[in-house]
Amino acid sequence: MNFGLSEEQELLKSTIRRFLEEQCPTTRVRRVMESPNGHDPQLWQGLVDLGVAGLNTPSDFGGSGLELLDLALAAEELGYAATPGPFLANVLATVALLEGGDDEQRSAWLPKLAAGEALGTVALGEADDQWAPATYRTEADGGKLSGSKAMVPSAAVADIIIVAAIGGAGPGLWLVEKNAPGMQVRSLKVVDMTRPLDAVLFDGTPAMKLAGAETALQRVIDAGCILIAADAFGGARRCLEMAASYATQREQFGQVIGAFQAVKHQLANMATDLEPAMSLYWYAAHAYDRIPDKSERHAAMAKALLTDVFDRCARDSTELHGGIGFTWEFDLHLWFRRSIFDRSFLGEASYHRARAADLAGW
Amino acid sequence: MDLSYSAEYEEFRNEVRAFLKQNWTEEDRKNAPPPDQRAAMMGASIRTDDRATQFRVKAIERGYLYRHVPRQWGGGEQTPDPLKATIIQEEFRKAEAPGELMGQGPSMLVPTLVEHGTPEQKEKFVRDTLLGKIMWCQGYSEPGSGSDLASLRTRADLDGDFWVVNGQKIWTSNADTAHWMFCLVRTEPNAPKHDGISYLLVDMQTPGLDVRPLRQMTGEADFNEVFFDNVRVPVKNLVGQRGEGWRVSRSTLKHERNLIGSSLLTRRTLDGIMMVAQFTSRHGQPAIKDPLLRDRLVDLESRVLASEYHGFRLLTMQSRGQDPGIAALITKLYGTTLSYDIARLAMDTLGDRGLLAPGEESAPAMGMFVNAYMWSLGVLIAGGTANIQRNVVGERGLGLPRDAAASRTAGAKV
Repeated sequence: MNFGLSEEQELLKSTIRRFLEEQCPTTRVRRVMESPNGHDPQLWQGLVDLGVAGLNTPSDFGGSGLELLDLALAAEELGYAATPGPFLANVLATVALLEGGDDEQRSAWLPKLAAGEALGTVALGEADDQWAPATYRTEADGGKLSGSKAMVPSAAVADIIIVAAIGGAGPGLWLVEKNAPGMQVRSLKVVDMTRPLDAVLFDGTPAMKLAGAETALQRVIDAGCILIAADAFGGARRCLEMAASYATQREQFGQVIGAFQAVKHQLANMATDLEPAMSLYWYAAHAYDRIPDKSERHAAMAKALLTDVFDRCARDSTELHGGIGFTWEFDLHLWFRRSIFDRSFLGEASYHRARAADLAGW
Repeated sequence: MDLSYSAEYEEFRNEVRAFLKQNWTEEDRKNAPPPDQRAAMMGASIRTDDRATQFRVKAIERGYLYRHVPRQWGGGEQTPDPLKATIIQEEFRKAEAPGELMGQGPSMLVPTLVEHGTPEQKEKFVRDTLLGKIMWCQGYSEPGSGSDLASLRTRADLDGDFWVVNGQKIWTSNADTAHWMFCLVRTEPNAPKHDGISYLLVDMQTPGLDVRPLRQMTGEADFNEVFFDNVRVPVKNLVGQRGEGWRVSRSTLKHERNLIGSSLLTRRTLDGIMMVAQFTSRHGQPAIKDPLLRDRLVDLESRVLASEYHGFRLLTMQSRGQDPGIAALITKLYGTTLSYDIARLAMDTLGDRGLLAPGEESAPAMGMFVNAYMWSLGVLIAGGTANIQRNVVGERGLGLPRDAAASRTAGAKV
């Protein structure tokens, strides 16, 4: 019985944290998010050099051959630093190829995605908040895709998009390359500028079906839920730390505000929500790697609970900071915005709780 | 991360199973005395009949129970090992075998005596307390001293070889059945408040003691008020030095705290609602088909699971010798607020059937859910109210300044 991180995993976390402290202060986060495509190739290459892009890529394909848990720990650190860029997009494309690609497709793309030579993303949800595969209307027919995808992360800078669509045998995954005929990418003005989203239209666009397991699409969704839960934990922890630190510095009525019980209790509630929630995302990641029959339901529950917690922590932290927390100059809104992304992307909390209820057979 | 046990521990589990198979038979299990209401709620672990006691003596001998208590005084005396402790608990629970008694005697008095008691006190009390032969109640709270316990005013004055106690205690569970009370009294009225307190052991048969039941909001009387009118306590029943009682009372289990137990309890309560939701009909369909209820159930289940896995994490930290810090401080607040939310959902699930009181035949589960709902408030208060817990999490966990009023008083070594 060992429900804790290994030394290697602790080292992975601290290495990423140190890199981001040095290379990704919020001044850089702001520069990237205010740039036209929200992408900073140099910052991304730095993360790639640390191995972040290929953590779960098998070593045969140039990765580290680790598991989703390791990716989730990285996601937590990226969330803690409000790191801008295509991490989630690229990693989910990697998962899609790993789970659904045949040997040729894997060899063609996995090494490039892990080495930063190409960027990947996934196109899942459709208009009207439709995140359930059974509701997709994008169609694949004779190797051509038609339809539209509503919220695709980093599509504007991606070299490949793995698209979830309905084919003859039901929902599946298709690979589309950059600049394919009939594809239009329109960048959206979004709340969380650290993770840009694009709308993508397909009109008879040539696409290659991922020929592997049919479960691949669900695995991509599960991985996405867990990585977002981990990101939410990192963000929520940052919001709590900022608020606790501010409460020991800011003085009013002749004392630091953290001495007032109203403030102290709000902070204690945040910490109490947060601590056990971490274990839920750890377990969900562990289940994804090792306990398949618990994987999908835990991913859904982790996504819902952690994004709820992040929402509360971001809101309470802003409130505790008073007026300064409401300004553009103060960094807190970077995490507040990320909490909105984490909550809505892949479907909001009640959608995932409804799925968890269905999966339990209630 | 690996949720299985290593071969060494699986071997230990087999040993425990073999011991149970040989020493706790089907006959032992079934021949239980008719349970009173409290026993019915808490299961076999609190049995103290002869069969249970004989078994417990053997289990202590093997080092399976009371592992933190020296053999000399009647304990199992083992090197702390949280994983072994967990395996023992799991296997004993499965076999419905009597485990460690949970009351205030074994859990609070015994560690205090082991650390601060005289050899005579240890000899007289520890073994029999561990076997349930001496039952204890705790005399801490007073009408004017709840969260601010150190302000207590029940006083004891020295008269020859006796302390003469006058005052009142309240919220004293089991005072009506206990043989002895351990209590805090003020012996140094001129010292700062934490430094004027002593720790006394009082025989409940002493003249001048008056125990009156206190009826709580459920309508039942699980607590008592205890009045002291010139109660004479021999000086040999003082634990530690006079004026040191506050420090003495802070002795707690330092070794193998059960960090998983509380989430098992919330899990059982949640399973209870699940049953209700499946078998109760609302608006012409099973309650569990209601989307709003499903949403709340999954939310609660997620929090119960988070709390279970958090227990795994604490256990791992403990077995690695790491200080769990804030991770341990939040468990009471998380668990008690969760239990309250679960009980409230049970009431909502029952709908108008929640109007029926305990004992009403037509009510689901004989109307016991309303008691669970009220008790979920009781546990938010007992052992440090939720707001006191928030102070602890904020001050000790997050490093916020201590409450101004509390830190003004000298000697607060909490």
